[in-house]
Formats: sequence, C-alpha cells, structure tokens
Amino acid sequence: MSTLAFSALVFFGSVGAGLLGSLTGLGGGVVIVPLLTIAMGVDVRYAIGASLISVIATSSGAAAAYVREGFTNIRIGMLLEVATTSGAVLGAVLATRLPPSVIEIIFGVVLMVSVYLTLRQEEPAPVATDQADRLALRLKLDGSYPTPAGPASYAPQRIPLGFGIMGIAGTLSGLLGIGSGAVKVLALDQAMRLPFKVSTTTSNFMIGVTAAASAGIYLHRGFIDPGLAMPVMLGVTAGSLVGARLLVATRSELLRVLFALAILALGIEMIVDGLRL
Amino acid sequence: MQTVMGHLLRVGLLVAVAVVLVGGGAYLVNLGDLPAHYGTFTGTPTALRSIPGILHSAAQLHELGLIQLGLLILIFTPVARVAFSVAVFAAERDRLYVVLTLVVLAILALGLSGRGP
Repeated sequence: MSTLAFSALVFFGSVGAGLLGSLTGLGGGVVIVPLLTIAMGVDVRYAIGASLISVIATSSGAAAAYVREGFTNIRIGMLLEVATTSGAVLGAVLATRLPPSVIEIIFGVVLMVSVYLTLRQEEPAPVATDQADRLALRLKLDGSYPTPAGPASYAPQRIPLGFGIMGIAGTLSGLLGIGSGAVKVLALDQAMRLPFKVSTTTSNFMIGVTAAASAGIYLHRGFIDPGLAMPVMLGVTAGSLVGARLLVATRSELLRVLFALAILALGIEMIVDGLRL
Repeated sequence: MQTVMGHLLRVGLLVAVAVVLVGGGAYLVNLGDLPAHYGTFTGTPTALRSIPGILHSAAQLHELGLIQLGLLILIFTPVARVAFSVAVFAAERDRLYVVLTLVVLAILALGLSGRGP
C-alpha cells in the first residue's frame, strides 16, 4: 500500500477511534492501538507510540476548556502526578524491554477491565463533605466547585490509596500508550470520593502530563514514527472534538453499551493476536 | 491564573497541529508514493529520535523533521503547564506545592532525557 493511501486509512480510522473513545469515555488510545495492530498490521510498538501522542493532544484540547470552568482541583492533580509520572517512566521502560506479544496480551486484559469499570453502573460513592481526612487537610486538598445552587465543597478521603492506584494508572499509561482514564477516575471517584465532575476533569488534566513523562523514552527508543503519528494525532484530535460535541447533544445509554461491547471484542482480538505472535 | 493555563494548553495544541499539518502535507506530496511499512519494527531513524536531531532536521525543512517538531511541541505543552504551576504556587507562597511541582518537573526531565531509571 502506498504511504498516501495508508495515511488516509489511518486518518479516518483515527477519527473513528477518537469519536468512539470520547463517546464511551474510555479515550482514543484504547481504540487506536487495536485498530492499528489488528486491522492494519502495524507493529504494536509503533502503535503505542502514535497512540501516546494522540493522548497528549486530546488531553490538552479538553483540559483547556475544563480548567477555566473551575472543576479541576490543581493541588490534587499535582500531588497525584508525582505518582502517575513515576509510574509512566517505569511503564515506558518496561515497554522497551518486554516482547511485543506480551504488550499485546496485557493490552487486551487492560482493555477488558477498563470496559468493565466504565460499564459497571454502580451508584456513585457518596461525596464526602464534612469529615475531611487529616492528611487531606494538611495537604490542602479540600475544595469546592460551581453548581447551579452555588459552590459545593468536598473533602477528599483515603489519599494514600488514591496515590497508589494512580501509580498503577501511570505505569499502564507508559506501558500501553494509553491515557488510562478509567483507572484514574477509579482512584479519584471511588477511593478519594471526589464529585464526578471534579474527578473526570482532574483526571483529564493529569493525563497529558503523565503521557509526556513516557513520551521522551518512546522517542529515544524509536517508537514515535512521524509518518504514522501524524495521521493518528490529527485524526484522534478531530474525532474526539466531534465526540465531545455529540456527547452533549445525545446521551444514549444503549449506544454507550454497544460501543463498549465493540471495544471488548477488540480486547479479545488483542489477546488472541498476542498469543499467535 | 487558570485562564492563562487554559490558553497555554490550547495555544500549544494549535501550534503543534499547525506544524504537523505543514510537515505532513509536504511528506504526503513528496513521498506519498513510497510503500508504507510498519509491520516490522526497525525504529524511527536515529536522527529523528533526539531533540537536537529533530531541531536540526526541522531547520533544514525536512518533512519528517517538521512533523517530529510538531510532536515535540505537543509533548512540551503539558510540561510547560507544570513549569507554569511552579510560578503559581510560588506566588501563593505555598512551599509544599512548589516542592511537589518541582518533583513532577524532575521526573518529566528524567523521562524526556530518554534514559529512564
């Protein structure tokens, strides 16, 4: 296939991945990597390199809108970035050492767990308001966010647990070239009991910084190929921008479940493909 | 302050996309006929793996060098955001968070050096 035809295919596939990623809330990375490796026969190392780049692009695009609305808790973000960036450096080093077949199998498993985490429609953990964790107070992590009824305050709980889960999220991000937003929200939402709006925006705010920590290692090991990263980055950015608009317009639960099932199938394919290598 | 941060991210993304578009357009026009080969991993050419190498290649207006430069700008956008936060916390005289932010910056520098632990 010529470079022109290949780039066009990858671009349109990436638009679809960006759309699907933002509509399901899983992010573009978890869709683009299986698409490139399974459908287009790209080596998984080039695929995760291109995906990581697209993760930074979508995070910056979305965060630019969120920080101004006052939902993001910058102190929580910065504290937990110590964990995610350390994990990301570790994960990227692992990615350069592990055989590609193992990366594919881990990817498939993480994909399936992420789908489970986002689909599990448990009632959200109650937002903690008054009894603040002593550590959280000392770290000045409590905050408030705008609601139609005026600012609502919250007090984060179980900081060490959240910090630990974030370390895992960062490692997965660096190992697989994904944003691992599902795991980040798990830490902020379930462990630290932050309000949904605060946890999703703070998670997104952290994703770009986390990915930047592994990007340098990917770059030096030759994982980031300009010819491949170009259509992926442009496509995923365009797709997720459109997806964010659509998400506001349509909130179809059925659509979300169908997409999540499609992503689940991709996860199984990745494991099968990894075992065959 | 938060508005400045939002602008910083948006401008970084826009500049990166613009540079990638220029490099990518030239790449497809000039080299679009070559066969695509990503099935076997050989790694990106060494000249396009380091920051000095990319800057050198982009300065000579090589297509792939320009794309890599755009990607570098993209990678450095969140890094700039962290650096900017150091100043924000310093202005608030928040010692603890100045230190924490510097730790994040140091880990980012380790990653960007490409060596890792």
